[in-house]
Amino acid sequence: MKVGHMDSGDAAWVLASAALVLFMTPGLAFFYGGMDRSRNVLNMLMMNFWCLLIVPVVWVVIGFSIAGGDGGASWFGGFDAAFLDGIGITGEDGGMGLLTIAFLGMFAVITPALISGAVADRMKFSAWAIFAPVWVILVFAPIFKWVYGGWLGQRGSLDFAGGTAIHVNAGIAALVAVLILGKRKGWPSEGHPPHSMPLVMIGTGILWFGWFGFNAGSALGANGQAVQAFMNTFVAAAAAGLAWAIVERIKDGHFTNLGAASGIVAGLVAITPACGFVSTGPAIIIGLAAGAVCCFAVQLKFSAGYDDALDVVGVHFVGGLVGSLLIGLFANPEHFGGDFMEGLFYGGGLKLLGEQALANVAAIVWSGAVTAAILLVLKATVGIRVNEDVEAAGLDTAEHAETAYNSGEVTMGRPGAGAGSAGSPVTSDVLVG
Amino acid sequence: MKLVTAVIKPFKLDDVKNALKAAGVVGITVSEVRGFGRQGGHTETYRGTEYQVDFLPKVKVEVIAEDGEVPAVVEAIEKSARTDKIGDGKVWVTPVDEVVRIRTGERGVDAV
Repeated sequence: MKVGHMDSGDAAWVLASAALVLFMTPGLAFFYGGMDRSRNVLNMLMMNFWCLLIVPVVWVVIGFSIAGGDGGASWFGGFDAAFLDGIGITGEDGGMGLLTIAFLGMFAVITPALISGAVADRMKFSAWAIFAPVWVILVFAPIFKWVYGGWLGQRGSLDFAGGTAIHVNAGIAALVAVLILGKRKGWPSEGHPPHSMPLVMIGTGILWFGWFGFNAGSALGANGQAVQAFMNTFVAAAAAGLAWAIVERIKDGHFTNLGAASGIVAGLVAITPACGFVSTGPAIIIGLAAGAVCCFAVQLKFSAGYDDALDVVGVHFVGGLVGSLLIGLFANPEHFGGDFMEGLFYGGGLKLLGEQALANVAAIVWSGAVTAAILLVLKATVGIRVNEDVEAAGLDTAEHAETAYNSGEVTMGRPGAGAGSAGSPVTSDVLVG
Repeated sequence: MKLVTAVIKPFKLDDVKNALKAAGVVGITVSEVRGFGRQGGHTETYRGTEYQVDFLPKVKVEVIAEDGEVPAVVEAIEKSARTDKIGDGKVWVTPVDEVVRIRTGERGVDAV
């Protein structure tokens, strides 16, 4: 990875953006957690926060080197930058390289976290704890390399902030994971409605806020491309939320909060790869398309029979593909004064669309195959699924020994505390029941 | 002594409380409950999937009254909780063998 000298304006924006992207993972946790049932919400939060604990360390130790190092081939970054060897703050770049690595580390955190929504309610936490960091090393890092500076990027495919590298990648991994993990007990006949819509809406707000760092920060500088990416992130999310809400109103009769929130996220996903390559009008079209298409895509799991609990496939995989492929129509280098391929509507013919399709197929094949391999190994060793009793009682108490919503001292006491103390001891049976 | 129990619409709780106070009742216990009767439930839709909600939220009000006060208590609840629409709830009366005021140890009517 080569970056130029440190510009204080650029550095200030990327520093702020990195913090914004970090905030997206707790936002995603709330978005998913609210949609989950109350007996599994803490497990969902912890799957996301686990990524915040382990991925930064993995990223610095080896992840970045594979994803962004210059030591290897066009499909593999090598090990030269392991432990960020030789990357300092006193060189020519003044620390801009180190800052960029920190910024990209935030993306490495949220990418496996995206998968957690699909495997909700039944995955063993110990399996997730191993899966997330291994997946970052074997799936996220190589695909990141291919897309940014590796063989796919060199062919001319475009992915500004991670449509192919992040959303299509995590989305196909989510599909493979639920196929290996199996359906939840009682799905789909037994309902799994959200336990807290306000939590979903807060999570959506945090995601949108953080996504300005994700997308506009990916310009890696405070410049015109960042401004256009910012505007696109703003309008595409709004347009997608609008499209989803209106389709639902026509289809099912109501404007729903979950529809609005899902639409916003679908729009953010779709504009992610495109935001630094398209102008404002096409961003609105991409948003509208993503909102409407994903609103139907989340129903696919019922006809196809895969239990993608919180619609990671319908929103991230499908939304990512919509955005990535529409770059092939709307990429506009003239608008950016940039050196990249034109889309079909700007005189580039079908070449870019073909490259976009190839990049996504490559990501789908690698991510799908390696995700399957990791999970099959885990299945044969530590096991990937909780037992039926735990699934029925909820993962919060069994996996984490915590309850999300309890009434405090009335029902809780310390083991061994005598009768007559403020809280009387309760057995785990009471809590589980 | 009797226990008067009522299941009412949650938004009528304030009216019922005021009516009971006006009828001379000095203490009530309320709890949030769910159930169904003739009103039935409703449907909710999340990402296009419909869910039937059978158990609707209600409030249960419990009042212990001397036998002679019971008709006035029942009437106060009946009038204040009524909206004339389905789902207004029910009131029922059951006998109470004993009441104890924990602080003083008073028994029976004195403890009410």
